[in-house]
This record gives sequence, C-alpha cells and structure tokens, in this order.
Amino acid sequence: MDFIIGHYNYWIAIFLMMIGFYTVISRGNLVKKIIGLNIFQVSVFLLYISMSTVKGGAAPIITAGVKLYSNPLPHVLILTAIVVGVATTALGLALVVRIKEAYGTIEEDEIHQQDHSL
Amino acid sequence: MQGHLSLLLVVIPLIAAPVAAILPRGRLSWALALVVAAICAILAGVQLWAVVHDGVISYELGGWAPPWGIEYRIDAVNAIVAMIVAGIAAITLPYALLSAEKEIPEHQLPLFYSAFLLCFAGLLGITQTGDIFNLFVFLEISSLSSYALISLGQKRQALTSAYQYLIMGTLGATFFLIGVGLIYSQTGTLNMMDLALRLPEVSGLKTVHTGFAFIMIGFALKLALFPLHLWLPNAYTYAPTVITVFLAATATKVALYVILRVLFTVFPHDFVSATPTGDLFLLSGMTGVISASIYAIYQVDVKRLLAYSSVAQIGYMALGIGFASSLGVTATIIHLFNHALMKGALFMAVGTIIYRIGSCHMDNIQGLGRQMPWTFGAIVIGGLSLIGVPGTAGFISKWYLVLAALEQQAWIVVAVILIGSLLAVVYIGKVIEVLYFRPAKETHLAVKEAPMLLLAPTWVLVIANIYFGLNTELTVGIAQRAAQVLGVTSG
Repeated sequence: MDFIIGHYNYWIAIFLMMIGFYTVISRGNLVKKIIGLNIFQVSVFLLYISMSTVKGGAAPIITAGVKLYSNPLPHVLILTAIVVGVATTALGLALVVRIKEAYGTIEEDEIHQQDHSL
Repeated sequence: MQGHLSLLLVVIPLIAAPVAAILPRGRLSWALALVVAAICAILAGVQLWAVVHDGVISYELGGWAPPWGIEYRIDAVNAIVAMIVAGIAAITLPYALLSAEKEIPEHQLPLFYSAFLLCFAGLLGITQTGDIFNLFVFLEISSLSSYALISLGQKRQALTSAYQYLIMGTLGATFFLIGVGLIYSQTGTLNMMDLALRLPEVSGLKTVHTGFAFIMIGFALKLALFPLHLWLPNAYTYAPTVITVFLAATATKVALYVILRVLFTVFPHDFVSATPTGDLFLLSGMTGVISASIYAIYQVDVKRLLAYSSVAQIGYMALGIGFASSLGVTATIIHLFNHALMKGALFMAVGTIIYRIGSCHMDNIQGLGRQMPWTFGAIVIGGLSLIGVPGTAGFISKWYLVLAALEQQAWIVVAVILIGSLLAVVYIGKVIEVLYFRPAKETHLAVKEAPMLLLAPTWVLVIANIYFGLNTELTVGIAQRAAQVLGVTSG
C-alpha cells in the first residue's frame, strides 16, 4: 500500500501517458490526435519535474540557512521540452488547417476514402 | 582550433537558416544554403581527417567542464556520419536549384531553404553532441523542419503524410525523452561518457532497463526499422524530390548512429547482451529485408518503390547491429555510408524524370530510358549498387554483412541477405524494363534529357558508388576504426 501511495506521482504520469497515447491511436479526428499527443507529452514533463523533488528540499534558490535543495536541472530541461512541444503542436495544427483546405475534412477515414490509399 | 570545428558545423547552418528566410528571392537563399553546405562539408572533411589522425576531439561549450556543461565529443563514428550528412547536403543543393523551383512556389522558396538549413543543422547537431539531452533538442529541430519540408510536396497527400510522420516522430522523440529521464533519475548525469561510467553501477535496476527500452523504441521509430516504418513510404513518396534525396540519404543514417552510440558507448556491454536487443534487431532486420522488398516489387510509383527498398536496406543495417560483433558493426557502418550514396543517386535520377514529366508512375515513365540515356544510366548503376553487384559500393557492404553472418554461423541470415538481393534484382529489373523496353507514350516522345545541373550531382553520386566499390580502403578503414571506438569485441 505504501508503495502505491508513495509513488503517486508516477501513477499520475502513467495514467496521463496512457490517456494521451490511447487518444492518439484511437481517434480519427486529426485535432483530437494532436490533443492526445499534447497530453502524452505533458505526462512526461510531469514525470521529469516530480522526479526532481528532493524530500525536505527547498526550492532551488540560494537562501541563507538552507542546506537541502531540490534538483533544478530537470526543470530547465523540461522548459526546453515545453518549447519543443509548443512548436510541435503549432506545426501539427498548421498541417491540420492545410489538410482541411485540401480535403474539406479532418476525419481520418474520410481523408483515406478520398485518396483510396494506405 | 579543432574543437571549434565541431561547434561551427552546427552553428553556421543554424545562423544561416533565419537569414535564408528573410532573403527576398529564392535564388539568393539557395546560394546562401549552398555556400553553407559547402563550408560544412569542408569542415566535416577536416574534422574527419583530424579525428582519424589525432584521435578524439572534445569541445566544452562555453568553457563549462563536462559532465556539467555540454560537451561535443567527436570520434571516428560521429565524424563519418557528420561527413555523410554534410557531403550529401553539399551535393543535393546544386540539384535543388532547378528541382525545387519546379516543385515549390517561388514565394515559399526562401522558407524552404531556411527549413532545409534548420534540418541540416539539427542532423549535424545530433552527430556532434556528446550530451544526450542536447541530442533530443537537435532531434526535434531536425524533425520539426523535416515535417514542414515534407508537407511542401505538390500533391495533397504530402500534407497527410507529413501529419502522419509528425505524430509518429513526436511519439518516438517523446519515448526517447522518457528513457533519458528514467536514466537521468538513476545516474544524475546526461553526458554520454559520464553515463557510460555510471551506468554499470545501476544496470541491475528495472528503471534503467525501462529507460533503455524506451530509448531503443523511440529511435527505432525515427529509423523506420520494420515494423515501425509505416510513416516512411508515404513521407518519401510525397515529399519534394530534393527532400526525399536528402532525408533518405541522411535522416535514417543519423538515427542509426544514435542507436549504435546508445547501444555500444552509453550502455555497458554485459547489460545490452543480457537483454534480447540483439535478437530483436536480427528478427526485425530479417523480416524487414524480406517483406519490404516484396512490398517494393508491387509498387507502381518508382519513388514509393525506392522508399520500400529503403526500409529493406535499413533491415540490413539492423542485421549488423544484431550480431553485435566487430565485423557486424563494421558492416553496418559501411552500409550506412554506401546506402547514402546509392539511394541518393537513385532518388536524384528519379527526380530528373519527375522534373521532365512531373510524375514517376510506371505508366508514365515507360520508354523514357531511351530518351534520357544519362538518367537511365544513373538508375542502372545505382540499381546495380542496390542489388550488390561486384564493382559497386553495395557489394562491399553486402560482402561484409555476409562475412559477419558467416562468422556467427547464422545461416538463416546469410540466406535472408541473398534472398533480399534477389528480390532487389526483381524490383530494380522492373524499373529498368519499364524504362527501356516498353514503347514511350506518344505524349512523351518529345521529352529530352534532363538539364546538366540535375545530371551532374546525380552522376557525382553514381561515380562515388563505383569508386567506393573499387577502392574500399577509406570506407572499410574508417568503419573498422569506428567499430573499434564503439568497443565492440569480436565474437
């Protein structure tokens, strides 16, 4: 029981990861796929950030009298990853707009029907 | 000074990219991209020479000592991959001028070259960096720009294939990110050499195993290793020709480099050999070679046919990794180099046909081989190299791969390599038959040979195919050295 409660941050990350992954795979709507991808990425961000916490550690800002700090490096890494995620979302949505213009729909099966391919 | 080389290779294209975007005309941006690619090719050549003669180059970014700062660490493995990327870019860009002008609207050309330079910078960055998170950032730079580049294709399917690649590519990159995070949580470091020192202590932990699996699957997706190749045929078929040439010859090679690096440098050998990684690479390599080659035979679009052939060729490279022997890794690195040459040449040759008639569907190209003799010659020689006929580069890689398989007495793998080559005879034979022995369509009787500017880069690669098929000293020497650097023990 302690194992389950003690690792709650991982359970949340895994839960979100699976929701995102399942959405990407199962949804035919291209925008919903992007939303799924976003949830998937955010779960990884949470995983990183929650891992960086040190029990009893203060926020990583140098303060007089504090000995133990949380690890700031994962925060910085995830800042980069967030930027990447925003860029991916923007590009993905831009592609969806273009697809809508070209096909008149953003449903995957209708697009395939129009192309008769894949 | 040599250290600065490694950084300049990444920084020059990165700075040139926004400049290319604001230049007013497509040709100006093209000229800038060409100059940048040429400079990078020279720098990569110097770097390769320096690594071969003086050993490893290490450069500390901003003077921060590793493992805290980011380190660029160049040895024989990444020097050769950087050389391939920069060299192919420098050969592709002269080809790009006419081909891209034909396929991409004039007002988009500056942005096109800007994205090309970004992709180029990202790929070079992956090869140069010694920091695994930095590698993720460069991976995303190259991936995002390649999604944009693929979507610029003429047909509307280019958009859907770019979208498909974006979803798959992002999943792969995020898997890699999870893996890096898990490993970081156990070792507290991101520097590859430092990881190699610290991982043996924690290699028994499940977290490390999970991280390893995530990294491998993530990059197998980027590599398009069978059965994770689904994005590749569409992306290569519908992308602008120049981009198909560039990505086919470089992007998958860089992903393969990362797999080699992670498998052999970062993780300890006994850790990797205790996992079923080698067997999985062999299995997916063998099924990939056979099934992708069979798929290739049934394609009616030549670009798509070559794309499936690429999946099969990636299978060969996976076989070499699967053996995890010094000979196997040597074969993989040789094939990595040679495949860049042959697929570059073949996609360029097909691109000249597209330039003339706007299509490379089997029904449209028939009989054109007689009207475009130089293009046809390039396809024949490139095809022979793909099959692995003696005297071409393809033979050398297959030879070493078969040697590696014989060394392990893996008779099934030998059989698969030979069957794969026979299947290649069938699909290349089909292209040649259509191009040469069928009558040309009446509407295409006036089609002339492609312009010099397209043929010259194509033939540079074709001649390289023959040259590296006869003179193996350079490729084999560097590949053996790279295998040594990776610390693969024989047997």
